[in-house]
Amino acid sequence: MINTKVTLAGVELKNPVMTASGTFGSGAEYGEFVDLNRLGAVVTKGVANVPWPGNPTPRVAEVYGGMLNAIGLQNPGIDVFAGRDIPFLKQYDTRIIVNVCGRTTEDYLEVVERLGEEPVDFLEINISCPNVKEGGIAFGQDPRAVEAITRAVKARAKQPVIMKLSPNVTDISEMARAAESGGADVVSLINTLTGMKIDINKRSFALANKTGGMSGPAVKPVALRMVYQAACAVKIPVIGMGGIATAEDALEFIMAGATAVSVGTANFYNPHATVEIVDGIMAYMQQHQVADITELIGCVR
Amino acid sequence: MDNKKKEAKARVVARVESQDCLADGIYSMWIQAGEIAAGAKPGQFLSLFTRDASRLLPRPISICEIEKGAGRLRVVYRVAGAGTEEFSRYQAGDPVTVMGPLGNGFPLEGDPGRKAFLIGGGIGIPPMLQLAKELNCHKQMVLGYRDKLFLKEEFEAYGKVAVATEDGSAGTRGNVIDAIRENGLTADVVYACGPVPMLRAVKAYALKQGMECWLSLEERMACGVGACLACVCQSKEVDGHSRVHNKRICKDGPVFAAQEVEL
Repeated sequence: MINTKVTLAGVELKNPVMTASGTFGSGAEYGEFVDLNRLGAVVTKGVANVPWPGNPTPRVAEVYGGMLNAIGLQNPGIDVFAGRDIPFLKQYDTRIIVNVCGRTTEDYLEVVERLGEEPVDFLEINISCPNVKEGGIAFGQDPRAVEAITRAVKARAKQPVIMKLSPNVTDISEMARAAESGGADVVSLINTLTGMKIDINKRSFALANKTGGMSGPAVKPVALRMVYQAACAVKIPVIGMGGIATAEDALEFIMAGATAVSVGTANFYNPHATVEIVDGIMAYMQQHQVADITELIGCVR
Repeated sequence: MDNKKKEAKARVVARVESQDCLADGIYSMWIQAGEIAAGAKPGQFLSLFTRDASRLLPRPISICEIEKGAGRLRVVYRVAGAGTEEFSRYQAGDPVTVMGPLGNGFPLEGDPGRKAFLIGGGIGIPPMLQLAKELNCHKQMVLGYRDKLFLKEEFEAYGKVAVATEDGSAGTRGNVIDAIRENGLTADVVYACGPVPMLRAVKAYALKQGMECWLSLEERMACGVGACLACVCQSKEVDGHSRVHNKRICKDGPVFAAQEVEL
């Protein structure tokens, strides 16, 4: 009997595979392709206190082995989200992680407090979106700001708090430690890497926002290195992500120290990616006689 | 695997049946994809995946023809970059990964006695062919090309075809609205697909004439299924998903009532 269960902040997940925020909506679209009951958790698209319209189009561009996006956190706001998306996800036997975004500390806290009454398992605080002018990454590139927002959120949160870190920093260990000092229960990383593409025929930026967040298989080695560094730097669990498309990728992150992993961009080109990774991890464990997945977490040091 | 749902949408490895070059850079590919063809409607699109792992994202391509009985679909597409160039090299028997059918499609209901314009511009022409096959009313096609014509003869089976070319090498010199005026055509309803400047002109023309008007839009996409929120267009009404004014072209569209979208 193989055990794929992992525990984050005292909450058990049936397996370590979750979705990455912003790549899976609230599950409804991909629920037509995969059985959401098979996922360890669904991480929702970021939700703010009020609806956000997001950025102008074009919002995405393909790059070698990856993509750039500058959606700009378009979302319906917490009221619609709580009335529609949470009840949808509650129909499934999976953990619900709500990604929270805001322009100001007060914005974040309003959503965090509102979610205190909702049946969700974790809050993931997005302090790392590179595509919005205010909020987002502004909170995520200075360790004092990371610690302060973490502390403020923790003071109001009813659920365990995951701080989502930006890779667009000089020292990821410092940011992970700042989140831990602020009281974070878990850290997740990486958010996207700020990138750019120019359309030489139009002599203009490929994205209306000029820059965007890079994701996809091309970022995986960078993400893996950062997850390893963060896992070495803190005692709290780490959720690893960045270019995970296969079970092999997921296992690399787990061995580097991630307790759970998120699948993001891969959903866009393989809607079955998440369940294929769940199956692939189990197959690996069988093949290598690993009885408990926790044996693999951080086994490469 | 319990991935199979009643939902008609599927991502499958289909077979290429044929590949033909219709004009410079314009290709026609028939693919065998019974599961997808069975649920497809005119105005819907497919996501086609390249085999090169460095090019991750699917290419959204409109469905040109549907043969449900034979389980076949036709796409007519322009080679616009390395991905579509790869598709153009596929030969009969080759595998091609396809997801679909995606999007809403054109509304087909309405009085059979009415007169319709089916307006296509450039690579917006192909989806009008299946619409011409399925729409039950008096159809007049208005096709706008840069220079080289394609698919024109195939449309002639369904009604009169007026042509506009930018260089005047065939039909009316100018755009599709010029062709409508030059030929003195009138209609009660318009269906159109093409570049945004054309759609803008068609919308202005149709609203001025008080005609019902349906426009098929396109935008850079990632997921093709409504999750990533990349391909939004500005909508007059608050959208159902995010409660802002951003309808998703892949999921809420690609076909919209003209008055619903700001172009």
